[in-house]
Amino acid sequence: MTVVLIVLGAAVGAPLRYLADRAVQARHDTVFPWGTLTVNVAGSALLGFLAGLPAGDGVMALLGTGFCGALTTYSTLGYETVRLVEEGARFHAVANAAASVVAGLGAASCGLALAQTMT
Amino acid sequence: MTDRPIDPDVDLHVPAQRTEPLRQVLPVIAAGGALGALARYAAQVALPAGPADFPWATFLVNVSGCLLMGVLMVVITEVRRAHRLVRPFLGVGVLGGYTTFSTYAVDVQRTIAEGAPVTGLLYLAGTLAAALAAVTAGMWLTRRAAALTRTGAR
Repeated sequence: MTVVLIVLGAAVGAPLRYLADRAVQARHDTVFPWGTLTVNVAGSALLGFLAGLPAGDGVMALLGTGFCGALTTYSTLGYETVRLVEEGARFHAVANAAASVVAGLGAASCGLALAQTMT
Repeated sequence: MTDRPIDPDVDLHVPAQRTEPLRQVLPVIAAGGALGALARYAAQVALPAGPADFPWATFLVNVSGCLLMGVLMVVITEVRRAHRLVRPFLGVGVLGGYTTFSTYAVDVQRTIAEGAPVTGLLYLAGTLAAALAAVTAGMWLTRRAAALTRTGAR
């Protein structure tokens, strides 16, 4: 059952990352990867919230491991940061890595705190 | 700016990606994402970690996913023309679903909250450093291999 829930969550999360990334890029034409940063921060906030409840095993498999896991990505963050360095956009590369870590951790903490005030 | 993408998921600076047919691309991403997420789950089951432990499974998943992303993107943007669904399936789907940022962020937060700040900070910095090194290594090795193949074929 866990496996089915993970598959369902990931089958929604991964395409949503692609669509969100497209939507963000269509509105902001820059080399800075705002789209990836957006999904990573949003997914971290939601997972922090689920961890703070804490959500049950089924919800965690569907929304945590499946949805948030597939919505967010480290491979894209890593690749785009290295490509920014290759293109000579060192400031953007450092800013991308730093902003992802700071905003991701901040979002996870906010999600967690919000869940704890609700329960 | 070259015509090679910065963002491997989708980069609207690349003309072919601006007109990708969503009806084909989205199901392929969903299937790849499900496979990637299952592989990540298998790693987390195989290498369980307590709340204050270093999350080795997620660390290894993220670093290996970065290595493979470096390999994949060099192959499909520099070495050979790939079918247009290869990047959506393997890059956006499988590797995007396999690696995770949300679990990383929440695990860093949790290890620190559980009274293991050194472990948390090591995990925080170690994943980032190893991920960037893995992407670089994957890209470098693939470019070397492609160059050797070309020289060998001459």
